[in-house]
Amino acid sequence: MLIIKDLQASIEDKQILKGINLTVKPGEVHAIMGPNGSGKSTLSAVLTGNPAYTVTGGSVEFNGKDLLALSPEDRAHEGLFLSFQYPVEIPGVSMVNFMRTALNEKRKYFGQEPLSAADFLKLMREKRSIVQLDNKLASRAVNEGFSGGEKKRNEIFQMAMLEPKLSILDETDSGLDIDALRIVASGVNTLKSKDNATIVITHYQRLLDYIKPDFVHVLYKGRIVMSAGPELALELEDKGYDWIKEQVDSQQ
Amino acid sequence: MKEIEKPEKGNQIIEEAAQAEYKYGFVTDIETEVIPKGLDEGVVRRISALKGEPEWLLDFRLKAYRHWLTLKAPTWGHVHVPDIDYQDISYYAAPRQKKEGEAKEIDPELKKTFDKLGIPLEEQLRLSGMAVDAVMDSVSVKTTYRERLAELGVIFCSISEAVKDYPDLVRKYLGKVVPYTDNFYAALNSAVFSDGSFVYIPKGVRCPMELSTYFRINAAQTGQFERTLIVADDDAYVSYLEGCTAPMRDENQLHAAIVEIIVEDRAEVKYSTVQNWYPGDKDGKGGIYNLVTKRGLCRGDHSKLSWTQVETGSAITWKYPSCVLMGDHSVGEFYSVALTNNWQEADTGTKMIHLGKNTTSTIVSKGISAGHSQNSYRGMVKIAPKATNCRNFTQCDSLLLSDTSGAHTFPVIEVGNDTSVVEHEATTSKINEDQIFYCNQRGISTEDAVGLIVNGYAKEVMAKLPMEFAVEAQKLLSVSLEGAVG
Repeated sequence: MLIIKDLQASIEDKQILKGINLTVKPGEVHAIMGPNGSGKSTLSAVLTGNPAYTVTGGSVEFNGKDLLALSPEDRAHEGLFLSFQYPVEIPGVSMVNFMRTALNEKRKYFGQEPLSAADFLKLMREKRSIVQLDNKLASRAVNEGFSGGEKKRNEIFQMAMLEPKLSILDETDSGLDIDALRIVASGVNTLKSKDNATIVITHYQRLLDYIKPDFVHVLYKGRIVMSAGPELALELEDKGYDWIKEQVDSQQ
Repeated sequence: MKEIEKPEKGNQIIEEAAQAEYKYGFVTDIETEVIPKGLDEGVVRRISALKGEPEWLLDFRLKAYRHWLTLKAPTWGHVHVPDIDYQDISYYAAPRQKKEGEAKEIDPELKKTFDKLGIPLEEQLRLSGMAVDAVMDSVSVKTTYRERLAELGVIFCSISEAVKDYPDLVRKYLGKVVPYTDNFYAALNSAVFSDGSFVYIPKGVRCPMELSTYFRINAAQTGQFERTLIVADDDAYVSYLEGCTAPMRDENQLHAAIVEIIVEDRAEVKYSTVQNWYPGDKDGKGGIYNLVTKRGLCRGDHSKLSWTQVETGSAITWKYPSCVLMGDHSVGEFYSVALTNNWQEADTGTKMIHLGKNTTSTIVSKGISAGHSQNSYRGMVKIAPKATNCRNFTQCDSLLLSDTSGAHTFPVIEVGNDTSVVEHEATTSKINEDQIFYCNQRGISTEDAVGLIVNGYAKEVMAKLPMEFAVEAQKLLSVSLEGAVG
């Protein structure tokens, strides 16, 4: 599904990603962990085409297509979804209007007719129940006045609406209390299938108690320096990142 | 290391869209009766004679003309109106209509024109019950639903017809809110105005349908000088809409209109405009000069006048729909979205003149500047010493979509007593790249994202528009923004 080869990227001439290699197959859940500033969020931004970053080398194949050659919106249409760490507020634009535009743009991309208002609202009702987002939130402006937990639930709601093939959850657990975390995680698990895949970016083991990863990778200084099974997350929780840092730094 | 280019599709879309055509830029091929270019007393007399006007109206025109000769065009606006050669304009252009038999049939070409503009002139074809007065160049082509409205005593017709059929009413109110001495363009309009709409809502009548006038400039090298007069008698209510378009031409065309509104005791008038005159091309060539005087007098106690405007067209906009709040407890409102792109210039806002006690006014202005445009809010809130316990709230927001555009505000506040409260809030912001990327990530293109964000920004004002207009206006905002973000 996703094949990242030697991906390098910079922001304002500062090299952040220094050669990432990662392969994700359908049905898999990958966790990417690592200390602050290691390039975790940069990776999600570069994959989704954030124009603030410049790709300086490497390649990314997504379902057989050259991902880096696609515009951000076409990457979305092709099934790439990012749950933002800091979902942005768009005053005056209702969630209904926003989601309807997004969904119909995707349908247009695949040559489908726009969804009727009735079908759309039905779909919205169905999907918002997955993350227990109430009707009021769904009719309010995009993220405006939402609490931290509501914003994250709203991200997963959008994920449910758009049915992506690959979802990247960027620090979705940050700022969540334990109840909100459970709701968000159960939403993600509900949406999981053998055909889609998830990349979970997180600092902590906590989220991984709910969303079980198949692989855990440690990102440090712009490279994946260690990959293993779920047991690695537990080890990191226990021992922190220092031992990995030392190991990597001593090799350099 | 191999340099990988970022997708450049965004720029390409913007390039294409910048060349997208103004949808209403076509010209109707119809025989037009035009008075030769130039302006003197003879022309003023001729316009009056062509319309078969009574002596008093000719007199009004001549006084206005003579006064106009003593005036100079105002230069205080933050717009660059070039020296207009008033002798190089034709002051009257009328599409020649074939008259067949008794009934005045509409020329098929004219009908086609208004169909193309989405204004069908057959009553049965209209989706909603909305009466329309269609004005092309200098004359009213057709007013729909007149008979049905007449049953309620509502008068809705062209001002030329009103002069003939209701001379006393017109004489009583014409020039009372905007006298010909008001300003340069008002004097010019008073001298040469050709047509426009007249509305009278009698005592106690709530007008059951929206009334609207659609202004269309068609003929080349002419100016349009229409005049609208709306009177809402005691306890009356009317919602009135105004739309306008013009062909794409390299020359600039002048539109100098006057709108006068009188609101009596406990009456209410809602006046909504979607102004979509041709704005000129992306290099600033051509476009309409929209130099308009709009003012309402809330003469009655507890009367209310609400202006809502969505301004997206015109090369230059110079207009300040205002309220004179004379009656005690009268209410004035002004909701405005002004969007400028490319080389457009807009200087628009309002005046709220509080003369009565306990009067309140609300001003919400949303300016959006893109391209190389200049967008100014100019407002005055004046509370007379005797007008005690008045309130004004002003919110004035500017959104910048480019580094090369400008947003300006020129507020004036004069409060003549200490029992009144005036609030003024202002913000200026730039469109946020994070918002655009968020939309992109959900599959929404940058163009559509900007349209969404701007419509969201303008929502408070858009919500004031009647339903039929709101959808159109939303689309218009998005279309006018094409090519705005680079």
